[in-house]
Formats: sequence, C-alpha cells, structure tokens
Amino acid sequence: MRLSRLSRTTLGLVTGLILLVVYVPLLVVLVNSFSTSTSLTWPPPGLTLEWWGRAFRSAGALEAVGTSVQVAIVSTIISLVLGTLISLALQRFEFFGREAISLLIILPIALPGIITGIALNNFFRTIMGVPLSIWTVVIAHATFCIVTVFNNVIARLRRLGTNLEEASADLGAGVWTTFRLVTFPQLRSALLAGGLLAFALSFDEIIVTTFTAGSGVTTLPIFILNNMFRPSQAPIVAVIAVVLVLVSILPIYIAQRLSGSEQRR
Amino acid sequence: MTSTPAELRPRRTAARAGSVFLSTHPRARLALLLSAPLFWLGLVYIVALVLLLVTAFWSVDSFTGQISQTWTLDNILTVITGSLYQTVTLRTLGVALLVTLIDVALALPIAFYMAKVATPRMQRILVIAVLTPLWASYLVKAYAWRSVLSQDGILEWLVAPFGGHTPGYGLPATIITLAYLWLPYVILPIYAGLERVPDSLLEASGDLGGKTWSTLRLVVFPLALPAIIAGTIFSFSLSLGDYITVNIVGGANQMLGNLVYTNVGAANNLPLASAIALIPIVIIFGYLFLVRRTGALDNL
Repeated sequence: MRLSRLSRTTLGLVTGLILLVVYVPLLVVLVNSFSTSTSLTWPPPGLTLEWWGRAFRSAGALEAVGTSVQVAIVSTIISLVLGTLISLALQRFEFFGREAISLLIILPIALPGIITGIALNNFFRTIMGVPLSIWTVVIAHATFCIVTVFNNVIARLRRLGTNLEEASADLGAGVWTTFRLVTFPQLRSALLAGGLLAFALSFDEIIVTTFTAGSGVTTLPIFILNNMFRPSQAPIVAVIAVVLVLVSILPIYIAQRLSGSEQRR
Repeated sequence: MTSTPAELRPRRTAARAGSVFLSTHPRARLALLLSAPLFWLGLVYIVALVLLLVTAFWSVDSFTGQISQTWTLDNILTVITGSLYQTVTLRTLGVALLVTLIDVALALPIAFYMAKVATPRMQRILVIAVLTPLWASYLVKAYAWRSVLSQDGILEWLVAPFGGHTPGYGLPATIITLAYLWLPYVILPIYAGLERVPDSLLEASGDLGGKTWSTLRLVVFPLALPAIIAGTIFSFSLSLGDYITVNIVGGANQMLGNLVYTNVGAANNLPLASAIALIPIVIIFGYLFLVRRTGALDNL
C-alpha cells in the first residue's frame, strides 16, 4: 500500500485538527483562571491574578490536596504489592482459572465506576456495617489501581524470561534473595511507571470516591465538584485545574522516558 | 580439597528452610503469590458485586428507612416496567453508542497516522500529545466543556459571526463532552493494535495490486478489529455509568447513573439503586460476551 502525498497530508491535517480541538478546552480553562469574570464569559472582560492568589490561600483546596495525596499514596502502595504478586503468579505459572483471574483484574475498570462505587458502598454500609471513611476510599481505589500495575509488570516479566532467576537459584540464592537481588531490580522501572499511573488514577477518581467517602472526607475531585457551580469559587477551580495539568506533565514525562528507554533496549 | 568454610555454608535458619521448601514446591509458591491479591479482589470486589445483586432483591422499610432482608421482586419489576427507567435506559444506551461511534471515527485516522505515517520522532510527540489530556482531571475537562459550551463561551463567540449557535447544555453537550473525555482511551488501544500490523503486509497488499482503500478494508481493518473493539469497551462502559458529566453539561437530563446516585443518596433506597445498577451490568456483560471471541479482551 502506497499512500499518496495527498492522503498523507490529509491524515496529518485531520490528526492536527483533532488534537487542536482536544487542547482548546484546556486553554480556555487556563485563560479563565486569569479572567475577571466569574461566569466563564468569553472573551474575558479583563485579566487578574486574584484567583491564583486566593487558590493558594484557600484552606479547603489545600486540605483537599492533602487528603488526595494521602489516599493516592496508600492505594498506590497496596496496588503495587498486590499487582506485582498477581503478575508473578499469572506470568510464571500455568494453572486452572488463570483466564478467569486476568478477567477479574480488568473488571474494576471494564465496569463503569458507578457499579464499583455502589457495590462497595452497599458492601461497607449494609453488609459489613462499617461507616464510610478515608479508609473505605483507599480500599476502593486500590482495587481498581491493581490493573495498571499488573499491566506494566506483566509486560516486563514477559520480556525478562526466567534465565537470570534460574542462574541465581543455581548459584544458591533462596527464593527471597533471588527476588530481592535479581527480579526486583529488573522490575523497578515498570513498577515506577505502573505506580505513577495508579497514583494519577486515584488522584483523579471521582465516581467511586463519592460513593465510598465518609462525610468528612474531601478529596480534591470532591472539592472541585462541590465548588464548580459556586460563582465565587469557579475561577479558583480553574486555577486548580491549570495547576493539576502542569503538575501532571512531570509524571507523564517520567513515564514516557521509562517506556521509551525500554523500547530502545 | 578443603571443605567449604562454615561462614560460606548456607545458614540453617527458618527462612532458609522456607526458601528451600518454596523452591522445590512450585504450587506452594503459586499459592503464596495468589493468596493476598485473590483475597483482596475476591472479598472486596466479587463479594461486593454478588451482594449488590442480592441487595436488589431486598427492600427498604418506608417508615424506618432500614433495609429489610426479605426477598422481593418488587425492585426488579419496578425497573423493568417503569417507564422512567425504560426511557432513561434507552437514552443512556443511545448516548453511549453515539459517543463510541464518534470516538472510533475520530480515533481511527489519528491512530493510523501515528502508527503508520508519522516519523518515529513525530510518533513520540503524538503519543505524548494524546496522553497529556488523559492526565488532566476528568472533572477539569468536563468543567472546561461547560465553559466552552456556555451561552457566552468561546464556541458561541467563534460561530456566532457565521450564524451558528452553541448547542448549550443538554444531551448533545453530554455526548460531545463524553466523546472528548474517552477519546484517548480509544486512541491508545487502536494505535497499539495498528502498530502490531506489520508494514510488510501492507506492502504485499500493494504489490499484489491492492489499492489504498482495499488494503485498508481487507488487510488493516480485520487485523486491527480486536484493538478497535477493546477501545469501544472503554468508551461504551464509561459512558453507560456516567452521571457527573451529564450533571455538569447535560442540563436537566438524567442518565442511569443519576438514578442510581439519587437512590443511594437522597432517596436512601439501596435495594432500588442496586436493581437499577443491574441494567448497565447486564448490558456490559452482554457486550463483553459478544466480543469475547474477537480477542478484544487481550487488547485492553
């Protein structure tokens, strides 16, 4: 198949156009965060730095960031451990029910968040009689974060093979020593990439969170949702949005570097 | 030949004994690896899902607001026969299908350009360009569309000189916003799938006289189909359960998610909410069942 110059250019233009449309809304938010209008008017009637100052002094916003970071860190750690264990099991062993388990891992993201949310809400409140708290959020987040770790680690394990581990065992290293000194160092960048994704997923999650968060627990997405429709707070939400996008560039860059360096290897 | 010095000999500790046992018993190793994750996913997820199903057959005492665990088909019947639920189900299904169609239509040219036309350098840039909005918060993006589509937003400002108008808030806005939100999730699997189609096959098709369109239709499309379906699973399933986007840009319209949400929160009727939640579960399992033979599930 030879694509003519015309069709190549057309494809390139279509791609460029779609990506442009993808970025316009984000740019609008950037501009709105400097706008003197509180009602999302375009073009902005004037520019001000007031919202940026207020956002960084807003106790509610800062507290919400803290809560989100805590939830994301704990659920990332849990999903790293569980995701690594399960990818080792599925990659290194053949056993009955293997397919079912891999379906089970993707289910929390294949089913809509509202299903996971209401199922856990029902489980905690009605069945277990546990009041919703920050820990119920962590449990819920860890459940759907396992898959991102799993995907990264299992892809790495597939490529690694078992030669080095067998050599280590032949040289007398025990199971744990082999994991610590041979397997783990080779998994490190996959774990970092998977962990970053898990962190981002948890940090941004709103639907499952609304169903599993106790009344006093305000993660950043909950804070945004509560303040989005208040005219005096809307520009502050825009500021938070811009900061989030800017902050997220760093992990994308790292994750990209990690997977890029793997492809070249 | 001297014997191995004592300090180099493996120590006979409990840990050592455990390690020896594990290395000679692969099944024990497997059990140890699987127990914690399966305990977690089984208890937290599967049990919760099954109990959701069970709760749909319970009811709420209208006086005390407590859940009474007597079996009843009332909720299921209400959901199946109630005209509100039928309308909302059809609306949600329509929105999810349209969103999926739009996303596939937009993702195909981009993914194809990324995988088969762009230079390696351009390819890397495009992957980042597609991934970056994925990291911007879901709420932020929905909020961005609220501002783009508002009566004095940028869209009205752009199209008003040509006699156009923003669709405002409503179902079209919901569809646009959802399609926007899930687009990267659809592009990425299709791009990965197209990348796996060997260039040599495209060349062979060209050498055998296949025109561009017939090559695309007869070679590229069948090979990329599992990846395309994998992409549709995301956009379809995510749209079916959404209730926040429709709150933000959908005006007064309700989707299935809204009905579930009100019944969990304000109405405090978990059994009815569970029964409503069964609708998207049934639809998605039906869809997964339909596409399982295409190999799409390995492309997720």
